[in-house]
Amino acid sequence: MTDTGYISKWKFMEELRRYRKGSVSRRHFLGVTGLGAATAVLGTAMPALRPRAALASSDIGDRVVLATWPNYHDTANFDMFTDATGAFVQVNVFGSNEEMLAKLQAGGSGWDVFVPTNYTITTYVSEDLIEPLDVSKLPNYDADAFDPRFSDAGTVDGTLYAVPKNWGTTGFAVNTSHDGGTSLTSWKDFFDRTKDDFSGRTMVHDYQLTTIGNALKYFGYSFNSVEESELADAERLLIEVKPHLFAISSDYQPAMRSGDAWLTMCWTGDGKQLNADMPEIAFVLGREGGEVWSDYYAIPKGAPHRDAAYALINYMLDPQVNAREVVAHGYPVADANTNALLPEAILNDPILYPAQDLLDALEFGAAATLTDPNRAELLARFKSA
Amino acid sequence: MTRRERNWLLVTPAAAWFVVMLVLPLSVIFVFSFGERGPAGGYVPAFTFEQYANLPARFTAFKNTMILAPLGTIAAMLIAYPLAYQLAVRTDPKWKIILLVLVIVPFWTSILIRSYAWIFILGGSGLPALLEMVGIEGVRLIYTPFAVLIGIVYGYLPLMVFPIYVSLDRLDKRLLEASADLGARPFSTFLQVTLPLSIPGVATGCMLVFILLMGEFLIPALLGGGKVFFVGNALVDLFLQSRNWAFGSAVAFTLIVIMLVTVTVYMRLIARLHSGRQDISIM
Repeated sequence: MTDTGYISKWKFMEELRRYRKGSVSRRHFLGVTGLGAATAVLGTAMPALRPRAALASSDIGDRVVLATWPNYHDTANFDMFTDATGAFVQVNVFGSNEEMLAKLQAGGSGWDVFVPTNYTITTYVSEDLIEPLDVSKLPNYDADAFDPRFSDAGTVDGTLYAVPKNWGTTGFAVNTSHDGGTSLTSWKDFFDRTKDDFSGRTMVHDYQLTTIGNALKYFGYSFNSVEESELADAERLLIEVKPHLFAISSDYQPAMRSGDAWLTMCWTGDGKQLNADMPEIAFVLGREGGEVWSDYYAIPKGAPHRDAAYALINYMLDPQVNAREVVAHGYPVADANTNALLPEAILNDPILYPAQDLLDALEFGAAATLTDPNRAELLARFKSA
Repeated sequence: MTRRERNWLLVTPAAAWFVVMLVLPLSVIFVFSFGERGPAGGYVPAFTFEQYANLPARFTAFKNTMILAPLGTIAAMLIAYPLAYQLAVRTDPKWKIILLVLVIVPFWTSILIRSYAWIFILGGSGLPALLEMVGIEGVRLIYTPFAVLIGIVYGYLPLMVFPIYVSLDRLDKRLLEASADLGARPFSTFLQVTLPLSIPGVATGCMLVFILLMGEFLIPALLGGGKVFFVGNALVDLFLQSRNWAFGSAVAFTLIVIMLVTVTVYMRLIARLHSGRQDISIM
């Protein structure tokens, strides 16, 4: 991530080459709409960009299909996996957990591995969409090395369904060269300043969980509230703020980089990536609290290449591989074995590892928060207001 | 094989296609629209009008669509007509084919990528930066309804140009000469001969573009920054985000009914307008 300017010819070709390898750069096209469907459109519209079938040399098959999030992998790791196993990693990037769930509920996703967030796993289990994991096929999974806060959501009723990938927080990124010397430290600042000196420059996620959750924090309510009166307060705030928003989108990096947007709700790794390239962009956790989350690797029911799925997850859990991932995307891991390999600079980075008091104020999202129909309707009213 | 059997054989592929690709999905939508949302999303069979009663919750989406779809259609027509006219009437035949191909060339790339390019053109370091150089400051283009309108017109222009081009190209040039011989100035020839005869092309182009615009979701999502909410966007959110398939089906079915009514009324009007003109020309 070194593009401080805007997309040049060279950059475009570079992205195209990465795309051709099936790596993350699809986010440029996908993240913005948040539509998994777009993957299919692109795949069919541009046959030349479709991944070439690797010459299968091992018995796990020639490919493995991974459904994951934008900016979330070191593509070199995928290349090495392909070199080692002959299985090509086909990456589908998604915009929200709801979208992943919708795709799996509809059936026929064709995925082998997906990356659910902590609060979705019980829903996948109750909907019978997720495969229990056979630990014997994951020799690299050292359960004791993981901080249980970030790994226990993978086990439901004593059965292991998912193993931890990364964890992180949801805060906001602010371009400090526009804050007039008064820094923003809370969700109250985030929304109040949006109505004031950040008017027309703020972005919020196109995701009910975080956008509503952070609006709830403005009033000091729980991030997970489904209380009617509290949601009504959050809705009032969001609708009041809407005329001052630059956009409602989870693809905020381009606008922050170009300087069109100055303030945005932001996940850890995006904050790290923005800050690394543009030090004037700070990543802030709201003083009132907000969200802490943990993502997992899991295998959906009916995965077409199950052996390859186990091979990929096991490979990604190799501390050497995992450490390279962290360096590339800037999301922390809860695995002590991986952390032992990481440079001090990363382990002491306040964006990845926030101060304990800030961390203590954060809440994990709840399953009910994601599936609550009232919150979904609230977001629709906010977007169409 | 009798003539009757042969006819059946000929229409079988089309009929099968309609049943599988149109009737079946529409039936599913219709049935789902009377159902309920499951606790974790999806669909639970039921018979309730609750979803239709809830339609006002998407009033703004319908309103935005009903404003921007006709507006986009008219804007595309106003831009496409002179272009098609130039191509069909004024251009040397040996250039025609090249220029026509240039009109299609954008279709070789996915609309997704082309719309994404507009994010950079309309973004702060694109057009607004150029305008700033000539002294016009503070212009905000990206993520506005205007940006969506630009994207729509850009995306669907070729669909408008082609039918108009065809109707103008087929126009009997002797009629124009006759008009001139009878003393009409070029402009009144255009108004009284060319324009009425090209109405079928304009009508077809408008209908093609209008129907597609009514279901549009990509351009508002990309260029409207999530703030310009069409029925298409409401549907995407209902199916992919809140997974309320029952309500989504009710919204989809309502959109289909609105489109059917609009298009029927529109075609009646055009047919009446067109036959009226023909009467005049016969007189």
